[in-house]
Formats: sequence, C-alpha cells, structure tokens
Amino acid sequence: MMLAPALLIVGFVAFYPLGVTVYQSFTDEQFLQGIEPTKWLGLQNYTNLIHDTVFRDAVVTTVKFTGITVFFEFILGMIIALVVNSSFKGRGVMRAVMLVPWAIPTVISAQMWKWMYDDVFGVINDALVRLHIVSRPVAWISDPQTSLASVSAVDIWKTTPFVALLLLAGLQVIPKDLYEAAEVDGANKWQQFWRVTVPLLRPAILVALIFRTLDALRVFDIFYVFFGNRADTQTMAIYDQNTIVGGDVGYGAAISVGIFLIIGIFVAIYVTVMRVEEQ
Amino acid sequence: MNVIAERATRAPAGARVRKRSPFWRRVRKAPFYLLIAVIFIYAVFPFYWAIRSAFTPDGELFKTPVQYFPVHATLTNFREVLSSGEFQDALMNSTIVAGSVVVVAVAVGALAAYALGRFNFRGRSVTLYVMLSMTTFPQIAILGALYTMINRFGIYNDLKALILSYMIFTLPFTVWVLTSFMRALPKDLEEAAYIDGASPFQVFYKVMLPLVAPGLVTTGLLAFIAAWNEFLYALSFTQTPDKRTVPVAIVEFTAKSGSAFQIPWGQVMAATVIVTVPLIVLTLVLQRRILAGLTAGAVKG
Repeated sequence: MMLAPALLIVGFVAFYPLGVTVYQSFTDEQFLQGIEPTKWLGLQNYTNLIHDTVFRDAVVTTVKFTGITVFFEFILGMIIALVVNSSFKGRGVMRAVMLVPWAIPTVISAQMWKWMYDDVFGVINDALVRLHIVSRPVAWISDPQTSLASVSAVDIWKTTPFVALLLLAGLQVIPKDLYEAAEVDGANKWQQFWRVTVPLLRPAILVALIFRTLDALRVFDIFYVFFGNRADTQTMAIYDQNTIVGGDVGYGAAISVGIFLIIGIFVAIYVTVMRVEEQ
Repeated sequence: MNVIAERATRAPAGARVRKRSPFWRRVRKAPFYLLIAVIFIYAVFPFYWAIRSAFTPDGELFKTPVQYFPVHATLTNFREVLSSGEFQDALMNSTIVAGSVVVVAVAVGALAAYALGRFNFRGRSVTLYVMLSMTTFPQIAILGALYTMINRFGIYNDLKALILSYMIFTLPFTVWVLTSFMRALPKDLEEAAYIDGASPFQVFYKVMLPLVAPGLVTTGLLAFIAAWNEFLYALSFTQTPDKRTVPVAIVEFTAKSGSAFQIPWGQVMAATVIVTVPLIVLTLVLQRRILAGLTAGAVKG
C-alpha cells in the first residue's frame, strides 16, 4: 500500500520506457510521425548497428575514457582517503574542501576547465609555458592527441572526491587495534597498508569501482561541452542522443539497447570477480 | 606464550625509535604537509580560477600574459549575467524543477522506505535490490522512449517533462537511503504507538517522520543537487530559451559564437560562480549529513 506510489512512478518512468525502447529498436520509428506509418524492421537496426563504424568508434572512446578515469580516480582517491583519515591539524577543513569539486555541477566544471584549457588565454597553457614544460601553448581540446586526456582530467578532478569519500567511509570502520597489533608485531606502514587496510577495505573498493565504471560508461555532459558532436570524440551516449533528437528514434533505440548490453557485460565481470573473491 | 614474550621485548624498542626531538618530527612530517597542500590546491584551484575570471574585466581577461589576480576587479560580469532574461528564466526553471522533484521524491520515497524498512512481506528484498540497481540505471537507455512518451502527452518543452523524468534517478535513491535510515531507528517508540492504538499511517506521520527528519534533509539535498545538475534530459526535452535549466543555459552561452574572442568567458564564469556558491555553501554546512547519506547509499549495501 505504502509502496504503491513509489512502484508506480518507477514502473512508469523506467520499466515501461525500457520496454518501449526494446520494441522501438525493431521498428523504423521516426520522430516526425504522420509522413509514413512506422514499420516493423525485425533485426535490421541491429545488423546496421554491428556494421556502424561511428558506433564502434564511440564504444572505443567510451571504454578508453572509462579505463583512464576509473584508474586515476581510484589511485588518487585512495591517496586522499588515507591522508584525510590520518590525524592532523585542519583535517576537518580538508574533508570539507574535498567536497567542493563534487558539489559543482558536471556541466559547469566542464565549462570552467574549458576556459582553463583555452589555447590563447588559458591558465594551463600559461602556467606550463612559464614553467618551461611546454615550449608553446597546446590546443588541448581540439588536438586529437590530447583531447581524450583533457576531457578525462576534468572527470578525474570532479569525481575523485566521491571515490575518496567511499574509501574513507570504509577506512573509518577498520578497528584501530588491528593496526596497533600489526605495529607490535613489527609490521611497518607499508606492510600494514597491504596486509590490514587493503583486505579489509575490499568491499568499499569494489563498490567504488562499480559505481565509477557504470557512471563513466554513460558519460555525456563533459564530452558534449568539450566537443559537441565532433565525430572523432563521440561517446556512446552522445551518438545515441544525437541520433534520437535527430529524429531516428528506432535506430536510437537499438543503440540504447547496445549500450545497455555493454554496461551489462561490465556488471557481469564485476559480479564474477566478487563471487571469486568470496570463495 | 612465545608471541607475548616477543611483543614484550619489542615494545620498548619501538618506543625508543619514536622518541625524537620535535624539530626532527616536524621535518619528517614535511612531505606529508606538502601532500596536503597539493591536494588542497588541486581541489580548489579551478573554482578559484572561475572566481578570478568572473571579477576580471574583459580587457584583462583576453590579454597575455595571464594575470593570476584580478588587478582591476569589477562587478560588470555579474551585473550583465543577472540582468539577462535568459539567465533569470534558467534560475527560475531550475528552482521549480529541482524543488518539485525533491518534494515528490522525498514524500513518496519516505512512505516506501517506511514499508521496506519496517515491515516484512514477500518481495521486500527483491524491491530493495531493484531500487538499488536503479540507482545506476543508464538514463540514456530510455531517452528515445521518454522522448516519444513526452511528445505524446504534449509536455515536450515543458518543465513537467523534466520533473517526471527526473524521478528515474532521484526516487530509487531516496527510497534506498531512507530505508537504511529507517532501519537504524529503535523500535520502542513505534511499538508504544501501536499499543496505544495508532494506525500504521499515524505511526508514519507522527513517530517515524520526525525521527527520520535528519535523513529527509540529507536525501532531499542530494536529490536537489542531482536534479539541479542534470543535463541530458534538460537538453533533450526542452527547446526554447525560456524553458532551459541552468546547466543548459550555461552551455548555450558559448554555443552561439565560434571563436574564443566571442565567447563571453567573464560572464560565463560569473554565471558559474552564481549557481555554484549556494551549492558549495549548502554542502559545507551540511557536510556531515551528506557524508552519512552518500555512504549509507553505497557502503551499507
């Protein structure tokens, strides 16, 4: 009874549309209806999708982006979590400061960084030239060699605090006496980290990795702000949105199902890893 | 026995190592404080840069070498942004959308969370798992279906379309987090109320809601931030400038012109600062609550 409103809303805005998406993916549904009635296409959209090189490039870009960002967010997040978990003056301030990038809307942080990356008046080029790290300004966003790295840096900046917070929450529940015992047994800090912290932090680590991977795979905002629909740096989500809003709802639905399956593969991998870990 | 003996001999040795003069202790700590400083600058610098650009007049902004502080600080950028009708509309739209989403998601979510957190019934854990998996639901997967639905209902380019579609990522989350809050509450008060003859709904309103109020604030704030920041649906389901939300408006600031000279970066950064400062202040004030909410959503699962 009390559940009914929640279940109705979730069903209506999530499960019903999911069913509609699957149905649409077998049709040639267009946004501008009335010109021709929608036809059943069978698997036509899916055969097209498999041979669609634009989609293939988008998958590659998205997976690369996911690998880069999840890796760096995890390493940096771990370092920050360990630092903020140890006691020092101003720890409260640091924990608050960590939340600043997290609180800024993704689109807005993308705009802030886009301006910092500016090839003529951007602070990043200015600082790097002054420090003699680069000899002249780099067009970070438009140069295909640096575009993926530049967009990844924004995501890493924005999301590392979230990873750090998840890991910090895990660190805080590790009992202090375990470290004391390890110390008495003569383990140094490095050994303590690998023998005590990492094994006990495993659940938090897995949760952080899963959340971040699933999130990175559906990335849209930052890429849209940085590149619009530039063909060489499209993600799966950008290509899909572009197709749907362009009017080709049927084919867009097939892309959606494709994205769903790809994300499903990653979920399956993580679940398998967790099962193996437990045994 | 052996281990204890070993510990007894080692403990004093460890203590001797740690006995150093305060000066050396500080020197040894220096890399640590350097690391803290680096993290601090890394986290804050981009936002500092937005602030300094917002206060810098165009003449200085588009000049090399870059100046790291606004020498002739000005409020012109803020004045121009705030007087722009499109930005005012965007602020209004975002407030309406995020506010309505919070009210609906928290009200419906609290009711569902009470049922899930306090009663045992068939399908309870299935429902919880569905809600949890929904929090990572890829919004893009149903974009096309929502797009056709919204057109069929005639709410395309209407804020109602956003309020409705934002339930996908706010409601499962509020249900999940509030359930963990409800579960953590002691049962005594509730039982006392039942003994006094209260109905489940009365218990919910009069006992549970006041007790779980901190949790409502936390989840409400997190839902507000999520709705305030949403971009994909806002971009796809609205079309005219008077229906745009803040994120879309801030992106379209630049989309109108081509080269760097024409992008009013000073104004873009002023808009950025205006919409971000309230969020940052709220986050810092409610820091502890947010941490509790975020980790309840993830770690306890």
